[in-house]
Amino acid sequence: MKPFKLIVVGGSAGSLQVILNFLAAIPSGFPLPILIVLHRNGLFESSLHELFSSRTTVPVKEVEEKEMAAPGTVYICPADYHVLLEKDHTFSLDYSERVNYSRPSIDVTFRSAADSFGDGLISLLLSGGNADGVEGLEYIKAKGGVVVVQDPVTADVPFMPQQAVLKGNVDYIVPAVEIPAFILGLSGFPRP
Amino acid sequence: MESSPIQYEELEILLNDLFNLYGYDFTEYSKASMQRRVQRLFLVDKFPSFAEFRHRLQHDPQYFRRFVEEITVNVTEMLRDPSFYRTLRTSILPILATYPFIRIWHAGCSTGEEVYSVAILLKEAGLLHKSLLYGTDINPLVIEKARKGIFPISQMQKYSENYILSGGLKDFSSYYAANYHLAKFDSSLMEKMIFSTHNLVSDFSFNEFQLILCRNVLIYFERDLQSKVFKLFDYSLENFGYLALGSKESLRFSPIADRYRQVGKEKIWRKVHEAV
Repeated sequence: MKPFKLIVVGGSAGSLQVILNFLAAIPSGFPLPILIVLHRNGLFESSLHELFSSRTTVPVKEVEEKEMAAPGTVYICPADYHVLLEKDHTFSLDYSERVNYSRPSIDVTFRSAADSFGDGLISLLLSGGNADGVEGLEYIKAKGGVVVVQDPVTADVPFMPQQAVLKGNVDYIVPAVEIPAFILGLSGFPRP
Repeated sequence: MESSPIQYEELEILLNDLFNLYGYDFTEYSKASMQRRVQRLFLVDKFPSFAEFRHRLQHDPQYFRRFVEEITVNVTEMLRDPSFYRTLRTSILPILATYPFIRIWHAGCSTGEEVYSVAILLKEAGLLHKSLLYGTDINPLVIEKARKGIFPISQMQKYSENYILSGGLKDFSSYYAANYHLAKFDSSLMEKMIFSTHNLVSDFSFNEFQLILCRNVLIYFERDLQSKVFKLFDYSLENFGYLALGSKESLRFSPIADRYRQVGKEKIWRKVHEAV
């Protein structure tokens, strides 16, 4: 089994419930860091951390610049910053222009994670109303990472995963309810 | 899908070239962000290969100027993080008011929106007449823009909201004249500003200040370079002066941390001891 080093999750409109279900399924002692890029359009700016923490037993924290991605920790992108990953697996923050009208942008993080983690990356794109993340997935695939997309039929807002599926280059299309077990299985961790 | 047009190794070659040829040292900038900006420039300017990109940068100083303009991040806004400016108004300016003369340095000021923001606060506190605001940036193009004090009118509604949230009581539009799609800020604000290029990596301290603002600049630097810049700020700050950082930046891991105290919960620190 390939030793994966990071799970990166991108979601927009309609993805919150899927993320919460995934967080609830992560067992303590889980070996990989998990980075979540969620569009929030001014919603839950302050309460997202609390909300996530309330649903999981593993530590949840907002990304701090130059911090090392630690195993078994869920990281949230701070509002209004892009999150990049360095070769040494530390996070960098970036306050440059919005990408796909978004900051944080899923594409920005996906591309950067692919550059730094290559085939050590598991990526997951969820429900959403724009195509942010689609290009990033292609890039991850080209660098040898694993690409998982929420089955658009099971997405509240199917556009984002649908675009990814149409472009091809997707390894797995997984229904919302099966995502937690599927990702944990893929990580090489025993299913709950 | 194109694969990465500029590899990390190529980026390092490029940055070494620029240091040797032009004396600009970007080698301690955060690599992920740098690579992203350089890749973007490479694609926008349609270079067929890394070799040609490198050759152009080596032999065309005008193109190097464009490189500096394009790879530095110039996103800024007026009164960003209103609660930060509210704290400046309520906790910092009343103390600066006790000085006969107030010197403020905006390090990495980009197009100057933050300098105009602080000038407005100083004016409303009745302190602008005895203040001097220095705005510096590595990029000469943004410094030219900052000097003009002309910003897109499309931003004014957002800035006006920020202004009210920061505790502003006047009509924000009284600070600028609108002309088609542009807003020109009042020349009385500009009289107390000095704009100049300054490279935080290689240039020295040029004055002593009571307040230094450097917001969302250090996130682009690696830790060692951050430490160097913190020492430069420390050297440039009077005892009991203030250092203000961006909302996700911290003095916590810096070599000067033990001589500074955070003011409330904003990213503002006060120097409480001189270096020994």
